[in-house]
Amino acid sequence: MKLHEFQAKDIFRKSGIPVPNGQLITSSDQATKVVQIINGPPWVIKAQIHAGGRGKGGGVKVVHYPYEVVTATEDLLGKPLVTRQTGPDGVIVNQILIEEGIKIDREFYLSMAIDRSRSESTMIFSQAGGMDIEEVAVESPELILKEHINPAGGWMTYQARNLIYRLDPPLLPAAVEELMSVMANVYKVFVTHDCSLVEINPLVITKSGKVVALDAKISIDDNALFRQKELLKLDDPREKDPLELMAEKYHLNYIRLDGNVGAMVNGAGLAMATMDVIKMAGADPANFLDVGGGASEEMITKGFEIILKDRRVQAILVNIFGGILRCDVLARGVLAAAEKTSIRVPLIVRLEGTNVEEGRKILRNSKLKFLVAKDLAEAAVLVAKQVSKTG
Amino acid sequence: MSILVDEKTRVVVQGITGREGAFHTRQMLDYGTEVAAGVTPGKGGKQVDGVPVFNTVQEAIEKEEVNTSCIFVPPPFAGDAIIEAASADLGVIVCITEGIPILDMVKVTSFLKDRDTVLIGPNCPGIISPGKTKVGIMPGPIHRQGGMAVISRSGTLTYEVVDQLTRVGLGQSTCIGIGGDPVIGTTFIDHLMRFKEDIETKGVILIGEIGGTAEEEAADYIRKDFDKPVIAFIAGQTAPPGRRMGHAGAIISGGQGKAEDKIKALQAAGITVALDLGALGKTALEVMGDIGAN
Repeated sequence: MKLHEFQAKDIFRKSGIPVPNGQLITSSDQATKVVQIINGPPWVIKAQIHAGGRGKGGGVKVVHYPYEVVTATEDLLGKPLVTRQTGPDGVIVNQILIEEGIKIDREFYLSMAIDRSRSESTMIFSQAGGMDIEEVAVESPELILKEHINPAGGWMTYQARNLIYRLDPPLLPAAVEELMSVMANVYKVFVTHDCSLVEINPLVITKSGKVVALDAKISIDDNALFRQKELLKLDDPREKDPLELMAEKYHLNYIRLDGNVGAMVNGAGLAMATMDVIKMAGADPANFLDVGGGASEEMITKGFEIILKDRRVQAILVNIFGGILRCDVLARGVLAAAEKTSIRVPLIVRLEGTNVEEGRKILRNSKLKFLVAKDLAEAAVLVAKQVSKTG
Repeated sequence: MSILVDEKTRVVVQGITGREGAFHTRQMLDYGTEVAAGVTPGKGGKQVDGVPVFNTVQEAIEKEEVNTSCIFVPPPFAGDAIIEAASADLGVIVCITEGIPILDMVKVTSFLKDRDTVLIGPNCPGIISPGKTKVGIMPGPIHRQGGMAVISRSGTLTYEVVDQLTRVGLGQSTCIGIGGDPVIGTTFIDHLMRFKEDIETKGVILIGEIGGTAEEEAADYIRKDFDKPVIAFIAGQTAPPGRRMGHAGAIISGGQGKAEDKIKALQAAGITVALDLGALGKTALEVMGDIGAN
């Protein structure tokens, strides 16, 4: 689960990580008041959407006159913002953070994430702040410093020294102290909030020598939300696709994609591989849908309805390898969905595994029109045929 | 031969009284697995399908001499269950549970570092040595004993692959699902090292997916130190970046974890990569050819 910048900054503020003074607004009338409360000029206007790349996409503006604060917020609010991470339609901006401008002396990058190959939390620090860290990693990897953390001991002060004393030019003692405290607090935030990512880019030293987090990005580990009930309230459903929201409600793993072949599969790996099979057959998947291991008849029905709601879908491939999920349960779920909504596109079904004969029989004996694929290779051929017919 | 589990495997099912635990205990017994004990705190003294239930793993070891655990405990308590089994020095722990918080797994793997216990999973289908024993949730009948090893990050995708292997006449020595989470107990390389020494294993099928760099690391190890044929498949060639594709670990982020990079690394190491899943069985048969996997 992703948090908005202003939510992440609230957490920072409560956790002893300095952030600029700022105020959130949801309509441009509020902008005039905010200008009187927040120090400026300059002011920084920041669109609050989850996607990255806001700066280049025009979602962050620095303005110098109060009227500009108003016009800048009017330009952004209620309109889609397109960045390299949003897709061509962009995401509607519902909220804007207005902050005091900060005079920057130096910029750093600081983040905390899990290093998968070592199975450890890792602090990443770089003096190449404010830049795209992925590019820095490729072009000048020597500028990226890392400290791995033993979960038993937690973050140790010497680790902060390892990172900070490699800076060139060195920092003044007061900034060293503040930076060390920020690092310790970032680790604390990471662990206490079950984060999968805490990222500050840039973390700056101001002209007056203070350390301040100008940006803040936090992602929470979805698996840990059961013990982070307070954070659940910060979820912003407006950021999600409506079909994805509906899927979430029924515990289905659904991701909307750009193609025209709907797919229903059990298991994440097989679902991904089925998407690939569709692509190789010359078509494009309209979605990723993993109904999971122990899907009920109702979940199958809902999954099917979600696929059918997507008007771009021109054919549907059901690929089920029954393990825990039995093929007869799948068949009944598909039939229940067909009763509620008419299936307007060709349906290709490939069933294998637990109770496969029973599942096939249920489908055969129904009024449902569908094509049977005896294996995955044949399923691919059938999908290609259907799509070339309709396309 | 086979690796990690065989006829000598005596299983304790942690979380045996739950819905999944009870169902798969029955399935494992049907396959011929020696499920000797179950553990559910507070339910000691009961029986599930004739299997005695204990309150602690320690008690199960004392009374039933179990050496392997299969865990179905719900996510909030699964980390504790793994450490309980490891503290009791069980040789192999298979954790089926999906949805364990990542920081819990960071603690677990740190705890396991200097121990001999082998953890498979979490969020995995388990391990099976066909004809001998299965510790996990995979459908038994699709397997056949033979010379192919299978190591995979996925569940049903593994069934698909095993089914194809069996249909083309390639049986399996041991099939392992290492799990779809970002932090797991053992990786491709841990098991490749075992398959290298296993006489029965003639070739390996490696099933990876987007996310992380485990496949690249495996490719590097195979190039340097593994001389049996390897056939690989990578799921998620069409997955968009930044989206978690079901598995917590299956996400392309920070420029890492793309399918094309994995395929390139594997091919550069001389590994045959099957791009078409539907034809994987045939590809494996071509590669294994005269070596005779049976």
